[in-house]
Amino acid sequence: MTAQSGEPLIVLDGVDKWFGSLHVLRDVHLTVDRGEVVVVIGPSGSGKSTLCRVINRLEPIDSGTIRFDGRTLPAEGRPLARLRSEVGMVFQSFNLFAHKTVLQNVTLGPVKVRRERSAAARERALALLDRVGIADQADKYPAQLSGGQQQRAAIARALAMRPKAMLFDEPTSALDPEMVGEVLDVMTGLARDGMTMVVVTHEMGFARHAANRVIFMADGQLVEQAEPAQFFANPRSERARDFLSKVLTH
Amino acid sequence: MHVFSDPANRAVYLSSFLLILKLTGAAGVIALVFGVVLAAMRVSPVPVLRGFGTAWVNVFRNTPLTLIIFFCYFGLFVNLGVTYSDDDIDLNNFWLGVTGLAAYTAAFVCETVRSGINTVPAGQADAARALGMTFGQTLRLVVLPQATRSVVAPFGSILIALAKNATIVGTIGVLESASVMRQLINDNGDAVIPIFLVFAGTFVALLVPTGYLFGWLAKRLAVRR
Ligand SMILES: Nc1ncnc2c1ncn2[C@@H]1O[C@H](COP(=O)(O)OP(=O)(O)OP(=O)(O)O)[C@@H](O)[C@H]1O
Ligand SMILES: [Mg+2]
Repeated sequence: MTAQSGEPLIVLDGVDKWFGSLHVLRDVHLTVDRGEVVVVIGPSGSGKSTLCRVINRLEPIDSGTIRFDGRTLPAEGRPLARLRSEVGMVFQSFNLFAHKTVLQNVTLGPVKVRRERSAAARERALALLDRVGIADQADKYPAQLSGGQQQRAAIARALAMRPKAMLFDEPTSALDPEMVGEVLDVMTGLARDGMTMVVVTHEMGFARHAANRVIFMADGQLVEQAEPAQFFANPRSERARDFLSKVLTH
Repeated sequence: MHVFSDPANRAVYLSSFLLILKLTGAAGVIALVFGVVLAAMRVSPVPVLRGFGTAWVNVFRNTPLTLIIFFCYFGLFVNLGVTYSDDDIDLNNFWLGVTGLAAYTAAFVCETVRSGINTVPAGQADAARALGMTFGQTLRLVVLPQATRSVVAPFGSILIALAKNATIVGTIGVLESASVMRQLINDNGDAVIPIFLVFAGTFVALLVPTGYLFGWLAKRLAVRR
């Protein structure tokens, strides 16, 4: 799989992020092209979630710049909200709105943020739920669904905004093993359809067959970047070799 | 029970409790709306709003209600000329009382809603922001609906306290139940205990079901996670 074009969609330039005295992102430079699928791996606490969260500014940064689709991320307020609506985000813990049905979860963004007509939003939401294989769960509440179904609903909710890119923060690590496949299948389908994706995951199978590039993170730095085949066969850094030997033997 | 066989006494008894219900209803609605607004202010990123919310809670939660009601009458009305009705003094005093009750109760509603906001997982707001919702939308569409539904039972306690607190409005000449009771006791010194029992019993009879109703509502409205 190759990226469709070399046109950059997400550009991080010299990004630093501190939590108090903890330096969580250290001078991060990252460019993700339109249509590219980037998998981020690395040990716990290395800053993978934070990297995801700064891309749509759920976490503010301390220095550096982040550009999305040619524009520098605005500071707080309406312009930032508008930009966020163009970046889909999928969380480890699903974060479906607990007081809304699955269908309402998917229509809420289009209706309230995009001011779409509710009939049109509903129709598209049902089509998206069908696409992720849970059309029959539309009127249930999140708590009534399995983890795998909830995560697929969360993906449908993000897709309903017609995002230009999707961020996934360990979307399968809270799932029972038998449900991991159904979520990865949806993600693989998205990748195949040309969605730009940044995926934090420990699913090495997904990284191998769906990613254009694997990034290895440690201590807030992007230590190594390579095509998946090359990375897994021949990691250059000691830390990546060490990390891979731990995750691949399990 | 000769006191209550007198139709005139029965009428003042009934109208006094009707006034309690009206004071509670009016102040309750205003306090609920304003309390939620205060809570929104207290969690907002705007320092001025946060400061206002905090100041309101600190002042009104820590001042005796009797003083607040007195202030509404002597301060707002007599001194500053805040008037709700020029020709109907009862109506004027009623709304002055509602003002004090609502200002006081809103502080408690605010703090209850704020504790409800703490029960909503941070991921809910993250998801809302990630969809492109503004701060106001996130609060209004995602956080507050879940927060308020988690504090329905404490809202019941606030409402019960409000109904009892409404008797304090008697001090500014509104003929609510406590002042009517005192008047009946003054007029019927031989029936102090029965009169007291009837008034206290009426409060209990009204408020016990209220407590159960809110307990039932809390279960029905609870957000499943
Ligand atoms: N809101 C926060 N406040 C303070 N410290 C934080 C916060 N969020 C993360 N951290 C710290 O920042 C560091 C990086 O966290 P991050 O969640 O980005 O790591 P991660 O690579 O996603 O780890 P994991 O694999 O465990 O999810 C960690 O040391 C974490 O404890
Ligand atoms: Mg993480």
